Amino acid sequence: MPNMSPKKMPMPVQDPQVRITNFEEVALGYTREMAIEEADRCLHCKHQPCVSGCPVNVRIPDFIEKVKTGEFEEAYRIISLTSTLPAICGRVCPQESQCEKECVRGIKTEPVAIGRLERFVADYHREHNDAPFEKPAGNGHKVAVVGAGPAGLTCASDLAKAGYEVTIFEALHVAGGVLMYGIPEFRLPKEIVQKEIGHLKEMGVKIVTNFVVGRSDSIDSIMEQGYEAVFIGSGAGLPNFMGLPGENCKGVYSANEFLTRINLMKAYREESDTPVQHPKRCVVVGGGNVAMDAARCARRLGAEVHIVYRRSMEELPARKEEVEHAQEEGIVFDLLCNPVKVIGNEEGWCTQIECIRMELGEPDASGRRRPVPIEGSNFTIDIDCMIMAIGTSPNPLIRHTTEGLEVNRKGCFICDEEGMTSRENIYAGGDAVSGAATVINAMGAGKKAAAAIDRKLR
Amino acid sequence: MYKIEKKENLNPTVTRMVVQAPFVAKRAKAGQFIILRVREQGERIPLTIADSDPEKGTVTIIFQVVGQTTMLLNEMKEGDLLQDFVGPLGKPSAIDGNKKVCVIGGGVGCAIAYPTAKAFHEAGADVTTIVGFRNKDLVILEKEFTDVSDAYYLMSDDGSVGEKGLVTNKLEDLIQKGEKFDEVIAIGPVIMMKFVSLTTKKYGIPTTVSMNPIMIDGTGMCGGCRLKVGNEIKFACVDGPDFDGHLVDFDEAMSRNTAYKDFETHKREETCNLLTKEVQ
Repeated sequence: MPNMSPKKMPMPVQDPQVRITNFEEVALGYTREMAIEEADRCLHCKHQPCVSGCPVNVRIPDFIEKVKTGEFEEAYRIISLTSTLPAICGRVCPQESQCEKECVRGIKTEPVAIGRLERFVADYHREHNDAPFEKPAGNGHKVAVVGAGPAGLTCASDLAKAGYEVTIFEALHVAGGVLMYGIPEFRLPKEIVQKEIGHLKEMGVKIVTNFVVGRSDSIDSIMEQGYEAVFIGSGAGLPNFMGLPGENCKGVYSANEFLTRINLMKAYREESDTPVQHPKRCVVVGGGNVAMDAARCARRLGAEVHIVYRRSMEELPARKEEVEHAQEEGIVFDLLCNPVKVIGNEEGWCTQIECIRMELGEPDASGRRRPVPIEGSNFTIDIDCMIMAIGTSPNPLIRHTTEGLEVNRKGCFICDEEGMTSRENIYAGGDAVSGAATVINAMGAGKKAAAAIDRKLR
Repeated sequence: MYKIEKKENLNPTVTRMVVQAPFVAKRAKAGQFIILRVREQGERIPLTIADSDPEKGTVTIIFQVVGQTTMLLNEMKEGDLLQDFVGPLGKPSAIDGNKKVCVIGGGVGCAIAYPTAKAFHEAGADVTTIVGFRNKDLVILEKEFTDVSDAYYLMSDDGSVGEKGLVTNKLEDLIQKGEKFDEVIAIGPVIMMKFVSLTTKKYGIPTTVSMNPIMIDGTGMCGGCRLKVGNEIKFACVDGPDFDGHLVDFDEAMSRNTAYKDFETHKREETCNLLTKEVQ
């Protein structure tokens, strides 16, 4: 008889009052007893709906079975058949809209905590048995991957497993993409990211950092060097601004800049050479996960933080768990309002934003109710820092320097169902194709493209 | 890691360094820049490519010691390794050999003006250069400039070398004497580029400036380097660093460059003390 508890085994977390003073991981992870007890909630359904909910099709009931019997290493082996980055996925996937959404237990009660179990297994393996990954036998084919974010890493990993000689070209000084510069340490420790990327190197994947494709070299020239196919996983890193008057005041950041300074450059640490403002009153504009991350980082630098979002709580695109964590940490939500102007002082620093209140009108094309400004409802908020987290677009560098790559009107690469672009043997996936989306969707796209490249070249 | 092949002091605060970076050397063009990190906890700073040798795989940078990172960089010796060195970044300068151009360099900005003057010269353009320094001890690249210039004018604030006065005095002087420049290219402190642009605007001479805002990644992903150019927002690292000097909002750019002044002063003093301690 399985454990019929209606609730997931709770995840131990750092106390909110303590965690706002540090950048250490908020969620502390299951103990082995907790993991075994939670694993016992799985019903091991024959039709395994959870597996189809996972973009990389981890064999969920199989690995959970091994957790239940305490064979954690065996559980890890099963996960790694389809995923190379489980410690990352277990932490940052929105499981509630993927694997756990399909869980049969979730129909009447809470679903099985698949993400927490995956994380437990990956952490257990890392802490107890970090034997190097085996280097697969080569098949003589060479593939280049542009960008070492979740899409590129997954694509490279699958190709390496199939015997390809893979080289990843990365523009920044460290691999990981958004896992390194975007998602904060307190949600995803950088040491864990680097450890999982290390597995790829053990499998023989070469990672060239400080290499900006489109500037350091072109895609065509890379292909002339014997790479038979290229996968572009360059993401959507170009930040959007609103074009408000005063938006170039000092103290106004894109979320990408603020997060890059903090996460990649470690500007919150005394010994880091990179500066970041330590704001007193900070407004974050936007309602997605990036907005939550930026707000929670600003809070940890000592600021009073407000989220300004033009729709209501219902429409917040951020994960529920992130919103709850933000609220526990004292972040204030100013909903149904939108900034119209940034006001600066004589020295050019922002001092106030002027907002207008909104009401929700008819649903728009995306099905969400459209926010409409209420005439004359303007008000101001005192600030010394403002972070724009209103989305990103694909960086134009690659499409501007590669002939014949078709993009849509948003600048995203157009691909066929195989993930191939308008150019033969050039594939693309992740945010570079979909526009800003999730880590796991990028991983799924990388996996799909790897399979297509394998079919094409073999 | 990127090896420092050669290092020499051009004047008391300006250093030339030749770095082994084959990928950068192979594709570098005038007007482009690199981003480097000195050490593991180091910040990313942009520096213009002063020269490159694709055969040897080397890139030359010239920098002025102004703060912590340039101080640490200046402490490094030939044979030492730089943590990171990425490029070439930014758009290459538009070089047209059929023009008569005036290249204006201010202070350490001359290190950036030189490759541009050289590229115009090699393309066949008629090149006038005006360079300005505070005093005679700070003059750099005199021989290099004269080699690529049809006319060369040296200015100093205190008159200790060349003519006393600002680069804009000389520029205005030349224009009034009837020199017909098709384009003026100004590279140096923002305030100098602002006044060059104001001068040429009066005469309707197309003017290009090379902007130097604060940068982090240098690949277009953060907007830290954003500028207002003709009421549009541009990212200097990907849309520039060269822009139409008559359209740039220089006052805003100057203000944005001071965002981390206090932090930088603190770090510089800290590093300065540390280096003095090591010497003792």
